[in-house]
Amino acid sequence: MSGLDPLRLTAKVAKRLLVDGEVSAAELAKTYLDQIAAVEPRVKAYIRVTYDNAAKYSTKVDREMQALRGPLAGLPIAIKDNMVTEGVTTTCASRILRDYMPVYTATAVRQVWDDHVVMLGKTNLDEFAMGSSTENSSFQTTANPWDLATVPGGSSGGSAAAVAAGEALWALGSDTGGSIRQPAALCGIVGMKPTYGAVSRYGLIAFASSLDQIGPLTRSVYDCALLLQHIVGRDPRDATSVALPEPVKLPDAERLDGLRVGIPAEYLAAGIEPGVRARFDETVARVEELGGICVEISLPHTEYALPAYYIIAPAEASANLARFDGVRYGYRCEDPVDLLDMYERTRGEGFGPEVKRRIMIGTYALSAGYYDAYYGRAQVVRTLVRRDFERAFAGVDLIALPTTPTVAFRAGSRTADPLSMYVCDICTIPANLAGLPAISIPCGLSDGLPVGFQLIGPAFSENRILQTAHALEGAIGFDTAPAFRDSRLEVRQ
Amino acid sequence: MSAWEPVIGLEMHVELDTRTKMFCGCAVTKGDDPNSHTCPVCLAHPGALPVVNQRAIEYAARIALALHCTVQPRNIFHRKNYFYPDLPKAYQISQYDEPLATEGWFDYWVDGETLRCRINRVHMEEDAAKLIHAGGDAGRIAGSDYSMVDFNRGGTPLVEIVTEPDIPSPEAARELLQQLRNLVVELGVSECNMEEGQIRWDANVSVRPEGSTGLGTRTELKNMNSFRYLQQALDAEIPRQIEVLEAGGTIALETLHFDPGTGTTTPLRSKEEAHDYRYFPEPDLVPLVIDPVWVEGLRATQPELPAARVQRFTGQYGLSRADAVVLGSSASMAGFYEEVVAAGAAAKPAANWTMGEYLAHLNAAGLEAGHGHVTAERLAKLVKLVEGGTVSTSSGKEVFALMIEERAEPEAVVEKHGLGQISDAPELETAVARVIAGNPAQVEQYRGGKQQVLGFLVGQVMKATGGRANPQLVNELLRAALDG
Repeated sequence: MSGLDPLRLTAKVAKRLLVDGEVSAAELAKTYLDQIAAVEPRVKAYIRVTYDNAAKYSTKVDREMQALRGPLAGLPIAIKDNMVTEGVTTTCASRILRDYMPVYTATAVRQVWDDHVVMLGKTNLDEFAMGSSTENSSFQTTANPWDLATVPGGSSGGSAAAVAAGEALWALGSDTGGSIRQPAALCGIVGMKPTYGAVSRYGLIAFASSLDQIGPLTRSVYDCALLLQHIVGRDPRDATSVALPEPVKLPDAERLDGLRVGIPAEYLAAGIEPGVRARFDETVARVEELGGICVEISLPHTEYALPAYYIIAPAEASANLARFDGVRYGYRCEDPVDLLDMYERTRGEGFGPEVKRRIMIGTYALSAGYYDAYYGRAQVVRTLVRRDFERAFAGVDLIALPTTPTVAFRAGSRTADPLSMYVCDICTIPANLAGLPAISIPCGLSDGLPVGFQLIGPAFSENRILQTAHALEGAIGFDTAPAFRDSRLEVRQ
Repeated sequence: MSAWEPVIGLEMHVELDTRTKMFCGCAVTKGDDPNSHTCPVCLAHPGALPVVNQRAIEYAARIALALHCTVQPRNIFHRKNYFYPDLPKAYQISQYDEPLATEGWFDYWVDGETLRCRINRVHMEEDAAKLIHAGGDAGRIAGSDYSMVDFNRGGTPLVEIVTEPDIPSPEAARELLQQLRNLVVELGVSECNMEEGQIRWDANVSVRPEGSTGLGTRTELKNMNSFRYLQQALDAEIPRQIEVLEAGGTIALETLHFDPGTGTTTPLRSKEEAHDYRYFPEPDLVPLVIDPVWVEGLRATQPELPAARVQRFTGQYGLSRADAVVLGSSASMAGFYEEVVAAGAAAKPAANWTMGEYLAHLNAAGLEAGHGHVTAERLAKLVKLVEGGTVSTSSGKEVFALMIEERAEPEAVVEKHGLGQISDAPELETAVARVIAGNPAQVEQYRGGKQQVLGFLVGQVMKATGGRANPQLVNELLRAALDG
């Protein structure tokens, strides 16, 4: 009945419709469940759709609307399946956690639940968030709603595809080296990684603890700010979490007068495909049209960021994933003959190839005799990358970069070569290494596929980033409704 | 055997008596149902994160301060990686190259002589869970039918204390350990209950030619869960090393298991079990920044520790150093002694009675000072009775024994058993006359100028009165009778 278009509806509008009584929470939930029914067989964004939960909670919101007049009450959300949810299986897209039922709920999820959002389900990801295409999921490959033959990016590919395909109003993802921003870019939506520590990691199944950060994937910058408002905050259960020095504001900027934006020369020199480069340059021009000043800057240690990341992240992962040993929960191999056999077969059978590769890389990098040469040096590089940014931010307010070097690529085209997959993160990794907030917004199409424009700011500059992205978003006027084409079925001209 | 000297270092682990665990809010308990004090953090469920227990840091810092260590203003936690079912995260959060506290010392006594042992470090970590192996042999995982894990202990705050290799003998190692345990107990941070494994230790030992300053290859000794076993293990290992070296062999750097049954040490870990712990900084915790003002606050509120108390006892009570060590090294004994003095007994006789009869009673009954069957107040009364001459010293000991037997006040015992000292001249004169009559030869000798015979005669009178005669008075009466 509602006539709502889930491919274009924003949380801002949905919230107004709910408050005005023009739509009920149950109708809103049904809009998304209907869309899931229509497109999920092709998109495969969800590992588990929580139909009962969505029905039950949306009805509860309608019944108790007065009492539950929370700012997010009734707005349907998808949650990446690496955040634990009490009573709903959480798998990390891994065989080793296939039937794992959490006994508690991640702080960030708890916060939105407490605001009475309605959870639609848990979304697909690369196993343990390790990947850039969601092809490393043990269960299914998610398709990009713009072209079903291409990948949605990763690792939060399920969350990004769900939002893009209108299967969720918005979603939570996690970003370790670009896992929110890269899929948001490839799926034509907004994705933000907040400052490290801004959102509690308690209940986020750790990949690389010093890099992981939860953030929103949304259809608009305003929605991104709205969701971010409700997940930030110091959590006594996460010693690395901090309170933001100022609250997240809902953005309203239309101009960028006087804003200084740095364009790092190093990135544009390195392998950005022409279509992406063209959209990026147009967007830089828009910054100046809106009154901003774009200047070329240098981040001299750029070339070392990717290799440093692929030491630090696997090293931390090798320890973080050691707890999956078959002793207390999760998958355990059949009939182990002794303890060692149980460890080896449980982990050998439970983890997929990319996870094993990273555990081995990380274990090697931390081993006696290699620590200094690998982990030690990578930490030095990390410090140098951080200093590059500090130096740059002495002269500019924000830094702009393409989010990804290319648009969405064909499924299966990079799986044989891990390095070609790792290169996808070249533009997003530096912000993780430096712990900085960064956003990706859609800035146009190249060959019919979305291009992402990334803004990186100093620590705790979320509001500056959101205002800037909001003004640009208005100027760009990107239509977020995807085409659902399938280039495999198209006849070559 | 030519001259070799052992060099010993100790590594101790102490479970702290904090209310909650090191990195979560679960209660630290003993004896509750298995796995009744667990949570996502100490069971290492996916996504759970550690948060440091500040009270544990305080307790560890108190130990460090008592050992004259420098509490570092910034220290960090590391992950120590290895797989075992008692370690749910498959890494232990511990400290590595930036520990809580470094470079201190501990003074301890061996045969009244003070020895100093340098302390290398004091650091924080978490305890592993408890494994119970069912079936099979010797309670080990290999060969057992199945194993059970009790995670109640998992995550209990643990302090590791590492000494430098400064300990010169097995006996000194035992003394150091006992005295260090006392110190920790007195700090109120752990009861160090040995049956419950609240304090555990390993020893590193090597030998070298006497007088040389280098260090030989060491072995690590494990499984010594009593003070006696520590000494026995070292007593076994040191001659073994000397024998190997004198035969031209070399000592292998290895871990040895002490078997209390045979009193020998045997290699515990084979090479394939050698661990590479792959330490790296724990990214889930921020560096621990410790405010020096907070540390000074702790220092100012430390309880009086044994070394200081021994010093005070020599000054305040005029005790010899040896007596001060016996009475002052443990809080319970010192507390009892000071109660006796506070109840009015003179310091020196109070010391003699406490170290003599009272300590013998404690040892015989297997009790700790303060928990014996004679209260400080009663002992003080007895001391006063003896000092005041109401009871002789020898009768006093009998009174003490009867006070225990009858759980009675000393006055009542003296009254009931007629153990009061005889200071009544007429009554004693009869006994004196009888002794003079019965020992004519000695009387002759005395009168012939051999004064020392008087002592014999006094003894005879004492004997005749069942030790109750006032010796001073007997002396006077004898002299008067013999000289007169």
